[in-house]
Amino acid sequence: MTEDTLMRILGEQSFFKGLRPEQMVVLASVASEVEYGGGQEIFEEGGHADAAYLILEGGVALELHVSHRAHHIVQTLHESEVLGWGWLFPPHRWSFSARTLEPTKVLRFDAIQLRGAWEADCELGYEMMKRFAQVMTSRLAATRLQLVDFYGNTH
Amino acid sequence: MATLTEPAVIDQMTPIPFKVRSVREELSHTFTLELEPPNGDFKFKPGQFTMLYAFGIGEVPISISSSTTREATLLQTIRRTGAVTHALGRLKSGDFVGIRGPYGTPWPMEQAKGRDLLIIGGGIGLAPLRPAIYHALENRDDYERVVVLYGTRTPDDILFETELRRWGDRTDITTLITVDAADRGWYGAVGVVTRLIGRVGFDPANTTAMVCGPEIMMTVTAERLMEGYAMAPENIYITMERNMKCGIGVCGHCQFGSKFICTDGAVFPYAEVGSLFQIKGV
Repeated sequence: MTEDTLMRILGEQSFFKGLRPEQMVVLASVASEVEYGGGQEIFEEGGHADAAYLILEGGVALELHVSHRAHHIVQTLHESEVLGWGWLFPPHRWSFSARTLEPTKVLRFDAIQLRGAWEADCELGYEMMKRFAQVMTSRLAATRLQLVDFYGNTH
Repeated sequence: MATLTEPAVIDQMTPIPFKVRSVREELSHTFTLELEPPNGDFKFKPGQFTMLYAFGIGEVPISISSSTTREATLLQTIRRTGAVTHALGRLKSGDFVGIRGPYGTPWPMEQAKGRDLLIIGGGIGLAPLRPAIYHALENRDDYERVVVLYGTRTPDDILFETELRRWGDRTDITTLITVDAADRGWYGAVGVVTRLIGRVGFDPANTTAMVCGPEIMMTVTAERLMEGYAMAPENIYITMERNMKCGIGVCGHCQFGSKFICTDGAVFPYAEVGSLFQIKGV
């Protein structure tokens, strides 16, 4: 896939909206498009987190292996959503497994190269960290609401 | 000496016996009563409720879950939570229940004509929304996009699942379901219902949202629509429930700030009640 194509794909994603063209070039240079069939594992809980992902098409279940329940789905992610941040911080391990719910297309960003690019360009790094933090905050808030179990006491 | 027929309020407090045609178990804790009006006719608007009387036990407000036009019978979907609803759940075909109503404000089906409809239900909150969905589908040309988003606890708790799946197969309505928890084998969405909003197309400036579910779900959804999509609170409608007793604005049991849920609602624009949710104890 050409860099132009990757730039176009990145440009269509709201997560990257507002980044400058030269910043998009940097991101495109560490990205590749990957396709998965339905029911395929993208990464495994406890495994080395070596990439960041953004879902272009399809859906992904984040699963937690619980001893008495084989695989508990914590959350599902869909088109235009960021997948995984275990690659951001040491020890760079995945907290969940990610399995596709259907044929799924993702953008894969090499973690070492991505972290390196952010270290080299702190403005880009700070901007992307803000965006990832926003995603994390939103997911944390959603998870808290799931924990409330409000349908257990619905009217 | 006063007679029983003189004061209107006594008429409104007298339940009319409806025959139970069937009792359908929807979920482990939820059932639907199919009721026959004594004269074969019962007019109501989507979003309205009745006071349902289990003879000798008590009354509860229950939203109507049937189409306003399709059936000659009245459907009321009920969750077993207390003495009255458990008693209603023990009814059999041929038994009678008392009905007062219909009461309350309806969903704004007229005002929403020509606009996108965003219908968001949580748990048993889908039941009061179902007449609005039926109305939208029966009058499909009156509305632009029709979107139904539904959230519930687990895949085993999906209310009206067959209908939701049927709507999901239609091209003139978008239907998405999410659950809070699931194991592998569930291929739908997992997460809070608000996370579905970003996955559907609608024009926030020309959308009427109708939301029903637990209060926290409704407030979170309304806030998300306002903050994330700049929807005006006047265009977001929710339906409230409080401890209703009379259903006609006399007893004050269901007072919510300056509102009586039974007569000023139960369907309210969020603009009218949203601020009250911020006040503890109201």
